[in-house]
Amino acid sequence: MNLAGTRIRIPAAWAFPAILSAVVAAGWFVVPSFTASVSNNFKEFFVEMIVFLPVMFLLIGLLDEWMPREVVTKHVGEASGWKGMVLVVSLAMLQAGPLYGAFPVAYLLWRKGSSVRNVYIYLGAFTAMKIPMVMFEVGFLGWKFSVARTVLTVPVFVAIAHVMDAYHRHRPLRMRSPQ
Amino acid sequence: MKDSVPLLIVAGVVLAASAIADRHKTVAGVRRGVRMFVGILPSLLTVLILVSMMLSVFPGNALARWMGRDSGPTGFVIAALLGSVALIPGFIAYPLSAILVKNGVGYNVIAVFITTLMMVGVLTLPLEARYFGLRTAVVRNSLSLLGALVVGGLMGLLW
Repeated sequence: MNLAGTRIRIPAAWAFPAILSAVVAAGWFVVPSFTASVSNNFKEFFVEMIVFLPVMFLLIGLLDEWMPREVVTKHVGEASGWKGMVLVVSLAMLQAGPLYGAFPVAYLLWRKGSSVRNVYIYLGAFTAMKIPMVMFEVGFLGWKFSVARTVLTVPVFVAIAHVMDAYHRHRPLRMRSPQ
Repeated sequence: MKDSVPLLIVAGVVLAASAIADRHKTVAGVRRGVRMFVGILPSLLTVLILVSMMLSVFPGNALARWMGRDSGPTGFVIAALLGSVALIPGFIAYPLSAILVKNGVGYNVIAVFITTLMMVGVLTLPLEARYFGLRTAVVRNSLSLLGALVVGGLMGLLW
């Protein structure tokens, strides 16, 4: 799983929370009520998440091991139309990470002969329907929010894909790989 | 806390099923999950401390006034700007959103934030341009920003 957005070198990454904690702690000598209020807030949030998050990540780790990603990748690009659309959407749903992790895959789809529309459908599905992200969304914001947002976002990214398709009839899509 | 009971049950069942089906995959999966969690922890703590500070500094109803359900364009503009520019992984954005909702931020505003965060990338525009060309990247991002506002507006009708 490409989690480039979350892979941070440990020492540097821990400096931020350490410095912030020191600042808040030092504030005790100046404005004690501020430090008390911050630590109360923090305790509330932290307690809530310390059970939830490790379990979520455990599930995502397992999901990542069991995902049939290679099976889907092998067939993407061969099919167009509805079948291609279903394939690129399932490929997107099986991924994780930030949007820029999707660009190399979009390039691959395009090079393998996927339609312009499906390249953008893939990007849209990647932004809106990644399974690990949806799990987090349901966990933190609830089913109603997650279902409503997904159902509303699908027509939006399909529409964007169609507009981009029309746009590329005038200016053909020519993707490049920076590598 | 009691909200996490169903999740714990689901996780237990999934873990047991996975272990029965394939012990090696299960161990690898658990390891991967732990590694991801430890990797995200410093960033998460930073965000939690910052939000705790923010909520202590602002008066209680400030968030609701600026980004509440009925804050109108103000909330949408703040959310869209933050979502378009910020590079926050979803693993942190969702816990953050849950805190904001509890403190009066509207679901419609959160939808704009989440959608722009996922679909629009101002800081990653140069990278996107290297694959798609600058003009195409700008068009896609503009359309996505518009789309996010539409999603937010429609979400507002549900809450």
